[in-house]
Order: sequence, then structure tokens, then C-alpha cells
Amino acid sequence: MSSNRIVAVVPAYNESGAIGGVVDEIRSFDPALDVVVVDDASTDETAVIAGAHGATVLRLPFNVGIGGAVQTGFRYALEHEYETAVRLDGDGQHDPRELPKLLAPLERGDANLVIGSRFVDPGGSYRPPFARRVGIRVFARLVSLLGGQRVTDTTSGFMALDRVGIALFAEEFPHDYPEVEATLVALRSGLRLAQVQVEMRERETGSSSITFVRSVYYLVKVTLALLVASLRRYPRLEGARR
Amino acid sequence: MTPLRVSIVGVIASLLLILVVLELIRGRRLKERYALLWLATGLVLLVLSAWRDGLNTIAGWLGVTTTPVAVLFAVATLFILLVLLHYSTVISKLTDENVELAQRVALLEERVGRLAPSEPPARVD
Repeated sequence: MSSNRIVAVVPAYNESGAIGGVVDEIRSFDPALDVVVVDDASTDETAVIAGAHGATVLRLPFNVGIGGAVQTGFRYALEHEYETAVRLDGDGQHDPRELPKLLAPLERGDANLVIGSRFVDPGGSYRPPFARRVGIRVFARLVSLLGGQRVTDTTSGFMALDRVGIALFAEEFPHDYPEVEATLVALRSGLRLAQVQVEMRERETGSSSITFVRSVYYLVKVTLALLVASLRRYPRLEGARR
Repeated sequence: MTPLRVSIVGVIASLLLILVVLELIRGRRLKERYALLWLATGLVLLVLSAWRDGLNTIAGWLGVTTTPVAVLFAVATLFILLVLLHYSTVISKLTDENVELAQRVALLEERVGRLAPSEPPARVD
């Protein structure tokens, strides 16, 4: 067991078309990386394919949603005492070749949580549709305001955590539409947060889970969660700042 | 004074509610901790229905001048809202516990699969 073990947590729901390639790509990026696919009760062959490609597979007995699935992976990381966890989506939109950028601040000890942001660099290539761009920006502003640190991208989902971050998210991770709220929880728990510019790919198969009808619910739910989270008290974590 | 018929119907209805709740507890189909609010509802409605001057008195306090019986409905509605709110908190807690159980099952199943590879974990479909 090396001292700096890294686990890649990959939540997947009905991603049989993409998951094999995603696992292969992560493993070929760094064979020492342990890949854990959290299968959120897929009805297709996601779990079997992920296992056949060499991933450790955690199979949830029923669908618990993306947040609960990701948290399962962090709990695995905590139980197995990984130094570092990275989270990539099961649909292939997060490129493992961007991982060194995410890991660098952790290795320097500059951060407990590194977010792969599409908007650190104003010249970044990601140009979402207008409504989504407004939504992303509003949440980034709100989280920055409530969390006391400027955050540029709260919905990316591409992130890396050290042990402090793993311990926090294993214990405390929102269950539906988790990314925005998780960012605020991290800030309010005193995690040191760094952001690095990453490019993301178009999804290979499947469709985004956020349809137009759901986006209103998403907006309201996440805003409420943020306001409530800013009223809660989070214990300061050992190893974090402040 | 509450009209006699309203009183009688009210008393019968609240007694029925109390009896049904007690029977559910007796049959172990309802846990006592979730039955207390229902019993309180039944008791309060029983008192308000039987105490025929009571509605007028309370209506006076509240400034309800037209139909004191409205107080009966208002109180019943309030208690039903309380019960619903209580159940929402119960459901939220159950949901969280349920997710945690699912996560532990997934983690344990993976561990069992590693320790006893000859016995693949049963599929939960």
C-alpha cells in the first residue's frame, strides 16, 4: 500500500454505453488509481460492464440519487483510508487527463477540496445556453456570498478531496442536486477550497438529468437548501483552516 | 350554545376517531409515538363537541361572532395540519435512514464479494 493512494469515485446510473470507456480511460491515465463505480441501481448492465473493465463496483440496492451515490463512494474512500479521492461522472464528461490539475493543489497542501471549474479562465471554451449560464452564475454568486469565498462554478461535479474533505463528505453530502449545496457545506465547514480551470466534454451517451420542467424545481430546491445551510452550524474540521 | 345535533355528531365522530386509533395501536398497526397526536386531536374535538358552551366561549375570545361552530372546524384543521407536519418529519428521517442503509448494503456487499467470491451476493431487483 503506497502512502498516497487515490481513489476515483464514479457515480453511474444506466451508463452501460459509456461506463466501460470511462473506467478504461481513468485506468490508462494512471494504473495505480483505484476506480470505484457506484452503480445507483441501474436497470442495464452498468455494474457488470464496470466490473469487467476492472473497477470495484458498489451496487446500491435501490436508486438513491446522485448525491447518495457519490457519498457512498466517499464512505468507501473513508473506510479504506484513501489519502485522496477524485470524483468523475459516469457519462464521460469529465476528462481524466485534467486530473493532474485537480490534484496539484492537494499535493502542495494548499487545499482540502479542489473543484474543476469551467469558468476560472474567462477564455474557457464552455458556453452553456443562456438560461443555464444565468443559473450557474446566480448559484456561484450566492455560494460566494454565503460561503465567504469567491466560487466560479458550483455545478461542475468534477472534484478532488484530501482526507479532511473525504471525512466531511462521507458524513455530510446533500442527496439530490448535491453539487451547489456541497460547495457551501465545504466552505462553511472551513475546508480550504481551490478552483482550477478544466475543460469538459459533451456527454457521450444518455441525456442530462436536468430537463426544462425540472429546472424550476432545481432552482427553488437548491436556493432553499443554500439558505438553510447558511443558517446551520457546521463543526469546524480538524486540519481545515480558521 | 352549540346546536344539539352538531354536538351529538361531533361527540360520535371524535369517539370513533379515538376508538379507531386505539384499535390500530392494539393491533400493532400504529406505533404509540405516532398515535399520540391523533389521540390528542380526538380528545380536543370530543371536549369541544361535548362542552356546549365552550365553543361560544372560545369563539368569543377569538372574535368569531357569526358561527361559533366554525371554531370546531378551525381546531380540527389545525390538529390535522400538526399531524401532517409531524409525518413529514418522520418521512424525512426515514428517507435519510433508508439511504444510509442502502449505502451500507452496497459497501458490505462489495466486501462480502471480496471475502467470499464463491458466493456472489444475491441480486436485489
